[in-house]
Amino acid sequence: MSHAAPLAVVNYSEDWWIQILKAIVIFLVVLQIVPLVLLVERKLLGRFQSRYGPNRVGKFGLLQPLADVLKLLSKEQATPNTAVPWMMAIAPVISIFTATATLAIIPFGDVGSWGDHFGLYGIDVSIGILYAFAFGALAFYGLMLGGWASGSKYSFLGSMRSAAQLISYEIALGLSLLGVVIQAGSLSLTEIVDAQRDYWFVISQFVGFLIFTVAGFAETNRPPFDLPEAETELVSGYNTEFGGMRFGSFFMAEYINMIVISGIAATMFLGGWHGPGPAALDPLWMLLKIAGFLVFFIWVRATLPRLRYDQLMSFGWKVLLPLATLNVLVTAIVVVVS
Amino acid sequence: MLQSYLPALVFLVLGGAIGGAFTLLNGVLGPRRPNPVKNEPYECGLPSEVKRSFRFGISFYLIAMLFILFDIEVIFLYPIAVQLKAFGVFALVETLVFIFLLLVAFVFVWRRGALEWK
Repeated sequence: MSHAAPLAVVNYSEDWWIQILKAIVIFLVVLQIVPLVLLVERKLLGRFQSRYGPNRVGKFGLLQPLADVLKLLSKEQATPNTAVPWMMAIAPVISIFTATATLAIIPFGDVGSWGDHFGLYGIDVSIGILYAFAFGALAFYGLMLGGWASGSKYSFLGSMRSAAQLISYEIALGLSLLGVVIQAGSLSLTEIVDAQRDYWFVISQFVGFLIFTVAGFAETNRPPFDLPEAETELVSGYNTEFGGMRFGSFFMAEYINMIVISGIAATMFLGGWHGPGPAALDPLWMLLKIAGFLVFFIWVRATLPRLRYDQLMSFGWKVLLPLATLNVLVTAIVVVVS
Repeated sequence: MLQSYLPALVFLVLGGAIGGAFTLLNGVLGPRRPNPVKNEPYECGLPSEVKRSFRFGISFYLIAMLFILFDIEVIFLYPIAVQLKAFGVFALVETLVFIFLLLVAFVFVWRRGALEWK
């Protein structure tokens, strides 16, 4: 594969100024991906439905996301008189905050990819993937607070649903990655990528990959699991009462979460930065894998209808949970016996 | 050791900053023209009868209880998973016993109908 053993051990840290600089760079790069995904999604959805999608603002509609943000920024933040205003103000901030915090663990390359003195990731710590779970679990406070504080019945129902959905699928999400952790023998994402030197874990952990994909869709509230929003029954679910850039913040958090889930999928199952070519191409491969997964997200949205709520719950508890446990058991037995 | 968490702190600050900036900018740039009808919570045509002290289905409570149970299972399994190769058969047997006990609980919960959504 592309380069020799990593120079760094887990918990390696560079000089403090390099750490701050690389964190800012990764954050800015991902911030540029968000509007791109937004545009690609609308374009692709348009094509799937035999129409053009946005093509008026700028060439190929490239400036559409910018126009949307400007429009949202100049809109009124209406607050219903049943609401708790300060909670409505912080709920979208919590959503964005937790989404960007999770970004820190996604590795775009190792120490040695672009230089011997810094790794192309936010953090590489011994708790690794547990950090992502911690902030993923916090993310539901954003939706929950937002829906509850709005004081509208649609928001309230949407937030209750999203709470139940997020915690139900979080278990399957956690269990699906256990197989990978057993095989790699580490929680650190760079070590897990390094363990995929010979073959990608999607081959040996295919069941885990499927479970992770499904649970990942549910965790990001994407169709076919977008029941917290469910336009046809709940108007817009938890964000019904949110206007202007507060709504925009929820929206942006959803897209950052998509990128994070794609990044974790690429890291844990699709070989991370491994790919043909010199080591300098590592981040490119990682971004390509993330982009592929994002297109898959959009494709599924255009293909599958939304689930019914009881189907959603019984699928999570009665199918995914036993299946994920079984996957862990089989992996553990195979790894120890062989 | 702790210094390796510094970039995470930068991400936290940046995330909070951009979220806060969006809300603040919107507050400055957006108009503020409230009127009695606009201030009512959204409703399709009917006069709205919404109160803060909502009641909600007990099923949500049950799901939350089950979540705590099974999420602890996952968290307990992670440390074993990391060291499974090192400890070999001993750790494997422990894992099997642990998962078997949880399976008993799972079957019990299922048979009692706690997983049926009503």
